[in-house]
Amino acid sequence: MAAVQWRSRMRNYEAELQRCRPEAALVEFGDYHPLKPIMVTDTKTRRGARKGSTSSSSSSSSSAPADPLSSMLDGTDPLSMFAAASASEAPVMSHSASTGDLGRKRKEKSEEAVGLDFEPWSAKRGEILARFTTTEKLSINLFMGSDRGKAPSPGSSAVSEKVRTRLEELDDLEEGSQRELLNLSQQDYANRIEELNQSLKEAWASDQKVKALKIVIQCSKLLSDTSVIQFYPSKFVLITDILDTFGRLVYDRIWTMCSDPRPLPDSFTVDDVNDTAKETCLNWFFKIASIRELLPRLYVEAAILKCNRFLNKSGIQETLPRLTAMIRGIGDPLVAAYTRAYLCRVGMEVAPQLKDSLNRNFFDLLGTFRQISGESVQNQLVQQRVEVPEYLTLYSPAINWILQCIAYRAPEALLTEMMERCKKLGNNTLLLNSVMRAFRPEFVAARATDFISMIKDCDEAGFPKHLLFGSLGRSLACADPPESERLTILNEAWKVVTKVRSPQDYINCAEIWVEFTCRHFTKREVNTVLADIIKHMTPDRAFEDAYPQLQSVIRKILTYFHDFSVLFSMERFLPFLDMFQKDSVRVEVCRSIMEVFIKHQVEPTRDPVILNAMLHICKTMHDSVNALTLEDEKRSLALLIIGFIRMVSFGRDFEQQLSFCVEARATFCNLEPVLVQLIHTVNQLAMETSRVMKGSHSRKTAAFVRACAAYSFITIPSLSSIFSRLSLYLLSGQVALANQCLSQADAFLKAAVSILPEVPRSISIEGKLRSSESFLLDFINNFLATLLVVPDHPEHGVLYLVRGLLNMVQDYTWEDNSDAKVRVYVSALSLLAAMSQETYLYSIPKVDSNETLYGGDPKFLTEINKLCETLIGQILDHLKTLGRDEQSTRRQGTLAFSLFGILLSHGDLRNNKLSQLSVNLWNLSHKHGYCETRISVRTLECIKHQAQQPDMAHLTDTVQRLALQSRT
Amino acid sequence: MSVTLDIRLKRANKVYHEGEVVAGVILLVCKEALQHHGISLSMEGLVNLQLSSKSVGVFEAFYNSVKPIQLISSNIEVAKAGKVPGGKTEIPFEFPLSTKGNKVLYETYHGVFVNIQYTLRCDMKRSLLAKDLTRNCEFIVHCQPQKAKVVPTPVNFTITPDTLQNIRERSALPKFLIRGNLDATNCVISQPLTGEVVVEHSDVPIKSIELQLVRVETCGCAEGYARDATEIQNIQIAEGDVCHSLAIPIYMVFPRLFTCPTLETTNFKVEFEVNIVIVLHDDHLITENFPLKLCRV
Repeated sequence: MAAVQWRSRMRNYEAELQRCRPEAALVEFGDYHPLKPIMVTDTKTRRGARKGSTSSSSSSSSSAPADPLSSMLDGTDPLSMFAAASASEAPVMSHSASTGDLGRKRKEKSEEAVGLDFEPWSAKRGEILARFTTTEKLSINLFMGSDRGKAPSPGSSAVSEKVRTRLEELDDLEEGSQRELLNLSQQDYANRIEELNQSLKEAWASDQKVKALKIVIQCSKLLSDTSVIQFYPSKFVLITDILDTFGRLVYDRIWTMCSDPRPLPDSFTVDDVNDTAKETCLNWFFKIASIRELLPRLYVEAAILKCNRFLNKSGIQETLPRLTAMIRGIGDPLVAAYTRAYLCRVGMEVAPQLKDSLNRNFFDLLGTFRQISGESVQNQLVQQRVEVPEYLTLYSPAINWILQCIAYRAPEALLTEMMERCKKLGNNTLLLNSVMRAFRPEFVAARATDFISMIKDCDEAGFPKHLLFGSLGRSLACADPPESERLTILNEAWKVVTKVRSPQDYINCAEIWVEFTCRHFTKREVNTVLADIIKHMTPDRAFEDAYPQLQSVIRKILTYFHDFSVLFSMERFLPFLDMFQKDSVRVEVCRSIMEVFIKHQVEPTRDPVILNAMLHICKTMHDSVNALTLEDEKRSLALLIIGFIRMVSFGRDFEQQLSFCVEARATFCNLEPVLVQLIHTVNQLAMETSRVMKGSHSRKTAAFVRACAAYSFITIPSLSSIFSRLSLYLLSGQVALANQCLSQADAFLKAAVSILPEVPRSISIEGKLRSSESFLLDFINNFLATLLVVPDHPEHGVLYLVRGLLNMVQDYTWEDNSDAKVRVYVSALSLLAAMSQETYLYSIPKVDSNETLYGGDPKFLTEINKLCETLIGQILDHLKTLGRDEQSTRRQGTLAFSLFGILLSHGDLRNNKLSQLSVNLWNLSHKHGYCETRISVRTLECIKHQAQQPDMAHLTDTVQRLALQSRT
Repeated sequence: MSVTLDIRLKRANKVYHEGEVVAGVILLVCKEALQHHGISLSMEGLVNLQLSSKSVGVFEAFYNSVKPIQLISSNIEVAKAGKVPGGKTEIPFEFPLSTKGNKVLYETYHGVFVNIQYTLRCDMKRSLLAKDLTRNCEFIVHCQPQKAKVVPTPVNFTITPDTLQNIRERSALPKFLIRGNLDATNCVISQPLTGEVVVEHSDVPIKSIELQLVRVETCGCAEGYARDATEIQNIQIAEGDVCHSLAIPIYMVFPRLFTCPTLETTNFKVEFEVNIVIVLHDDHLITENFPLKLCRV
């Protein structure tokens, strides 16, 4: 066995290719083709249309095959149906009963209830809680009658007694044990209220309705307390949550009382409600009507307003105006305003169609406005040391809400009337602010100049002007004022904004106006705005407290300016960026800029302004990477930087591009993916040069591509991932070869070979340790394929690189029990066989491969054959080792079969010994029956087929000796 | 051996009028069969008069004469002595609500010195060893709607320091002008008391404006009578320094049971009044009194 004599089979690749190529068959355009997409040209008209588009000329069946997806739907697909429905409210989908119904229902709903375009209270809640805070100590004053065993005595069922005890208990609240919690921080306060909310739910669940009512009454009583007035809006939010809970509980309770035998429909009428439920409901109302104090009575009745539906049709309609009028009895204007807001909120929820009481509320509010300047309020402010402007801002959530309710789908005329009324009140700033916040932006935008003049007329002492301009700016950001007025508006507004002294107030307002500026003006104006912001925010490092706003400025600019050459030509843009001095924020800003850049920069650029700025930004991101940076973070940063690098192109100025890459390498040395990208870029550059020179380099370009190769060569070692190094060496080697830089290619490949021993046996992939063997095998096969065209180095021996590689393979510490080494040998055999051909399977233009260097020199062939023989010897040795162990017979079989395959396709089987060896291998591979019969059969067929070719007749002989083992 | 006895009226609100039939069931729930000596049901309507302690001294002499006045009374035997099977037993009953002779059924009223109450009482007699079972159930009687048309008779009022009576030092009073009106002093009991009050002017800020509903009960006979006014409820309609010259609504629901149509009989009287109470910040208390006549339509 040892003396195997290798002869490679001579191949005529050209002829083989011809033989294998299938006959081309022309497909006429328009013919049926399986891959041709099924197009439904018209989704609206049913049937017929579909037939034509999918019919096939090849199909002989009489009816065209219907598309299974569209046939399900009877013509129209549901998605386009919805789209059509929402585009035009007209219900076009009448042919489908259920969807038609749905559409109708929705339409009805949108008429009677509040649509999605109404910003719900829940959206305001958080904002109010966050805005109105205090550091002062709060107190909760609860007069809860201590539960002194008032549990209903089971003996008496007399209504009178029950009612009496209950009323007594209600009375208890007044004289009962007083629980006063002092010195609460704001958070404590919120927690307490939440506790009360919980105990309300518990009391309800344990059927202690009186206790529940007590809690609610006590809570609403807290709303009449205006000490620590700055916190009042937040207090309102917290307490109305409880009221909402209570309202829901009562409503649900009465609802379930009527749900026997079946639940009430959503649109129930009074007649559907049974007597017991009505009586219970009535009881609640009587009970609430007897609450002594005004504010709790108002709030609690408003909370259960919805329950009027159980009693009579017009209940809500009558109650709302009454409650509205009753609010007039509240002396404190702030308390009254918030009560109105709550009533409007409940009204909007329960009966949005009743606009009158909303308006009534607003007019009453206007009527009581003079109270703000009244003595009682002023005294209170002095006592609490609150400034008037601050006090006025406390109103805005309530008034905004009321106006929002009024303005919702209101006719233009009403809005105009409202505005006029506000004007009459001497341009009351507070109202003006709310009007701008609550009315439709279009409405406000159309009258922007009016508003500005009104704001200017306002007196300085009242509501802060920057807030007014903020509100105006917010409207203008959503709707466009008339074109001719825009510049005046901006000028007027900015004149005021720039005078705001407190940096925090200033930036809050400026941030809003940036959007308007970006929307309608050019970089010049935006630049001015930026300059102004910088001027305001730099003193005392005020920017440190305003990062969110500054970030939002950047975001807004990026939304409107996608042309980065314009963006970066704003003088103040980069200095603006410099204000982000906190690392995390700065990186985030850079990141957002990069994201926009990658998304919107379509054309590669060489604009030095962009490049400089972007490099600066990318460098900022890069420099943020440190030992603690997470992998994911690094990856995403690297992706962004790569996105930038890919967008850089100097066109024909390759030198410049290379020097850019050099600079980039220096800048981004910490992010490996970026380095990899740079190497790819440089390789691409070399290939591009070669393309431009049409393959033949001039002296200058040859030097340039060598420079490129040098760049890669010195960059690759700095990578830590061994596999990127290997593949980049290989790739760069290939590029060098393609550019006729033989010695560079040699160096690359040699480097690749030399680091092979460093490949660890396992590598971590996505956090899991995996064997590196398969990757390594892939690489080596790829490498071997390249080696075919690499000419031998004149100073080294024949097949220097192949030998080097094989040596490395031999010395590499493979995994125990692995056939990898031998599999490499098997692959190497194919390479060697390919090398001994007269003309190679492929070659690189302008590079002489070994075929030309040696010209089929017999000495060279002998070298190859000797090498082959050694390899086969090694393989056979390995096969023998495998044979010793029972467990490895399967591996032995597979390996033997693959060697057999190699012999068959590359070996010259006319040689008796080889032929004998192949037969032996066949037998060996089938010996243990692990070979798949199907493959064996196909192999045999293939050999028979080959035997019919000229020069291959000897195979017939071999085939006869290959026995197919039956499985019997 | 537990047994529960209950009376369930058919009407959820338990309100009946003269001439109607009070219908319902007696509900017996017991685990096992129950031996008893008869179940009876009685209906009774009573007026209880009581004298206030301050009047007792004067009227000790005829104290005894203030005894309950029976308006209606009837009794039926529901079941003869026997056994009630275990489980839930419902025994339906009906009482016609009609009076003998020229007696009138007054409306149910829970007051302090006058109480008009209608009850159903179910008794189950049992053997010596077990206690007798009793169950009371109040039902409510609304008197017949008034035939004559109610004339609302609205009233306007103006309160200034000069209109006040019962004051010690008129000069110490701050200046104020409060106007208003009540939409009706002849009120329908099922409808709220409404009106408006306007603070036109006040030197001292207002602390609170309240409506005080007062019952005036008179008990007596030929020898003399006792008249007592007590508060039923107090409803705040304004809190704090309200906006001047802005009409504040007066709105008060008449509480059930504690009010009834104004009643005048030979033995007792039940009348109602409302006080509009204005509390000033310096704790001056200004009260304006309006007698009301309540009726049912």
